[in-house]
Amino acid sequence: MSKLTFEDILKLLSKYNIEELEGVEIEGDIEIEIEGLPNLQAIGMELGMAAYHLARAAMMLGFPFQQLLQPQKPIEVKQKEEELELIKKKFEPYKVEWSGYVEEVQLGATKKDGGTRDYVIKLGGEKSLPFYIFDSEQPNLPAISIDVFDRPVPLPKVVRMHYEDVMENPEDWAKKVVKEFNADAVTIHLISTDPLLDDTPVNEAVKVVEDVLQAVKCPIIVGGSGNKEKDPILLEKVAEVAEGERVLLASATLDMDWERIGRAAKEHNHVVLAWTQMDINSQRTLNRYLLKKVGLPRDSLVMDPTTAALGYGLDYAFSNMERARIAALKGDEDLAFPVSSGTTNAWGAREAWMKESPLEGDSSWGMREHRGPLWEIVTGLTLALAAVDIFMMMHPVSVAVLKELIQTLGGKKEEVECEDWIAVV
Amino acid sequence: MKVKSPLEIYKLLPQTNCGECGFDTCMSFAAHILDRSAKIEDCKPLVEQAKKSKKVAEKLKKLKEMTAPEIDEVIIGKDLKIGGEEVLHRHELTFFNPTALFFDVSDIMDEKTIDERCSRVVEYKKFYVGRYLTLDGIAVRSVSNNPDKFAEVVKKVSGYGKPIVLISLNPDCIKKALDFVTNPLIYAANEENWKEMLKIAKKNKVPVVVRSKDLDMLKSLAATFKKYEVPVVLDPVTEPAGRGLQKTFERVIQIRRTAILGQDKDINCPIMVTPISAWAMKADEIAKIYWETVIASLFIVKYADIMILHSLEPHTIMPIVTLRANIYTDPRTPVQVEPGLRAINNPDRNSPVLITTNFALTYYTVESDLQSSGASGWLLVLDTGGLGVEVSVAGGQFTPEKVKQLMEETKVAEKVDHRYLVIPGLAARLQGALEDEIGWKVLVGPTDSGRLKAWLEENWPPKKEIKN
Repeated sequence: MSKLTFEDILKLLSKYNIEELEGVEIEGDIEIEIEGLPNLQAIGMELGMAAYHLARAAMMLGFPFQQLLQPQKPIEVKQKEEELELIKKKFEPYKVEWSGYVEEVQLGATKKDGGTRDYVIKLGGEKSLPFYIFDSEQPNLPAISIDVFDRPVPLPKVVRMHYEDVMENPEDWAKKVVKEFNADAVTIHLISTDPLLDDTPVNEAVKVVEDVLQAVKCPIIVGGSGNKEKDPILLEKVAEVAEGERVLLASATLDMDWERIGRAAKEHNHVVLAWTQMDINSQRTLNRYLLKKVGLPRDSLVMDPTTAALGYGLDYAFSNMERARIAALKGDEDLAFPVSSGTTNAWGAREAWMKESPLEGDSSWGMREHRGPLWEIVTGLTLALAAVDIFMMMHPVSVAVLKELIQTLGGKKEEVECEDWIAVV
Repeated sequence: MKVKSPLEIYKLLPQTNCGECGFDTCMSFAAHILDRSAKIEDCKPLVEQAKKSKKVAEKLKKLKEMTAPEIDEVIIGKDLKIGGEEVLHRHELTFFNPTALFFDVSDIMDEKTIDERCSRVVEYKKFYVGRYLTLDGIAVRSVSNNPDKFAEVVKKVSGYGKPIVLISLNPDCIKKALDFVTNPLIYAANEENWKEMLKIAKKNKVPVVVRSKDLDMLKSLAATFKKYEVPVVLDPVTEPAGRGLQKTFERVIQIRRTAILGQDKDINCPIMVTPISAWAMKADEIAKIYWETVIASLFIVKYADIMILHSLEPHTIMPIVTLRANIYTDPRTPVQVEPGLRAINNPDRNSPVLITTNFALTYYTVESDLQSSGASGWLLVLDTGGLGVEVSVAGGQFTPEKVKQLMEETKVAEKVDHRYLVIPGLAARLQGALEDEIGWKVLVGPTDSGRLKAWLEENWPPKKEIKN
């Protein structure tokens, strides 16, 4: 066995960049005392190895090292300190420019444009992704319309409580959503026309539209019952009675007489909502039909690529809208239109309305009074980040919160003083 | 990753088609590395040879660099991965590591509160599409600024076994706490304390969050820490409201976009967002809860890889974990289950026969509702190409002909003595046509399977029709 000298130990230590070992006293040329054993992990591998070598060296020199193995406190090893300096860097944001833009579409018309609205809403006009106002200015922030129905409808309790007093009267309902809930627009759904419901005749149903146009002075959206045969006839009549008001006619789909709706909109100065089922190619086709075959002006088309609720296909809805919007910005003119979202669909998710989970394994679902509105908010805000220019919603709290967020991301809010959260009690 | 074609990877592989990686050919293996369903380390021969030959080791190193994700992957605790992303928009590929959700406890909370909060994090679960959604970790916040007190709480919390973030700008607190926890994420190094924090990180080999609103400073800190091979997470500071929130949104997007499109390798790190900032607003508690959920949702969609939150109310957690599941669902794999016939809760010859679609979300909802209702039944799963009931009925993927075919294939008629089929409420309009096609009596069930239990109690067994 070769013998190590004290010099060898020093040499060994110098390899590990160690100046001195705290807790190690070296007396004379051979006496070595070590306080405790080093905690190998705590001081890192390299230094641990150095200490290990030192211990081995000590044993070889014939010292009763084993007796010193009682762990006390770890040896503190001072390493020759490298002077740390900040590497100064400049952040250069990557610039993104798009060649395309989203068409600007006006809903509602004031006196000077031949309507009777107090104000109009402009949708679209984006030249960048939603709220990327650092890329380019967003001329129009998304608007929110609240749903009104021409007959009482079954609604989740948390929503119904806000409308119980006006459900029998669409005019009062419309007034309430504008005055109390701050809606930018009103969507009146003529669902009573459904042959499976009241089968209200078209001529009678459109009176509600005239009444609502009297009751509120904001732009309006008119929806049918979803009946493929009756809706085109109904919306054609709506176009007639609302002449010049730039109503959004909701909706034209590929499997109905879209041509009839398109022609009526063109003739009476309205806007068509083109609705497809989460398929970008169908959306392109329907848009093209309305533009090319009907000759609808480009400023009179809004598209609804379908809204699925949080947890129930929101990922498809999000990516479908995001893809369509990116295509538009890249120059695909067939998809360069404002997007509408039926955000109320969020209430179809059982997580929005059920009192508790039907499943035993789940943790509590929490208070539905808050859970429901949050479900609608999160559905809406997710799609806002994809493309949406106009939301159709129902819960007043959801509307208020989403509006606040839209204004905030749109750069319309002031600085707010806030402490640092780290030490907030 | 840098490579855009499997050929670039293939060139550096052994090209022996040995199959040890689980793929038939080296070319197929290369293609799987490209879409990240395989790792370069899965090529055993390459890894073995690299140990012996310097040349092969170089190759392996090059391959690793070439196939490294655009955004660094950072590990917290034993195996919680954050970052590792490749794209800005999920439809371009997919997002990989779901935003990690950490919930705070502070060192001035009483023991009972700390235990309660930790338990909630550990125990939370929500069933979703065949699995449970859960929470990731606990962030321990030093409010006392007392290292001993902080370390004591960290020790307690680490007993819960979840990944941990240590929150204090005081290096002494961090140093002390590190004795009690394995591989936590350190929060945070900033313009003032970075030297001390860097020393701690180097010594303990732990990941660190660097924090600054000023992106020049943030980038400088990141570059400095990276130089010493410390795994870095970026916190561009979450301001909860007003202009500050808009600026936060801008910072997060600029960082991620510049990392991926601008190939800036100083800031290609995971990003931290702190919705907990909402609790520093001057507002009532309800407003804070809503706004925290809003901030969290916003940045789950846009690029946050890890978050610190405060509210542990189930009504705020549920939308957040559900959104995260949606955004991080791989859009490349259709969300479908195998069509066929499933036996639920040991059905017999008198149990009801029900039908649903093979859209995973629909299927698992119906299946779990039936399971937990305790009712037994035969569940037919129709191949609708992964579409839900409403859409497939409208779109022609849920048709009487296809139902008939499925019933024949599964021989369900041989398993029961009755001739009743329960269809979803949303498929009600098929009732007549379906009866004509299959010759069974068709009953229209509820529109939501959550109500199946009550529906079955009332309607099963079916009341005998009076025959004349």
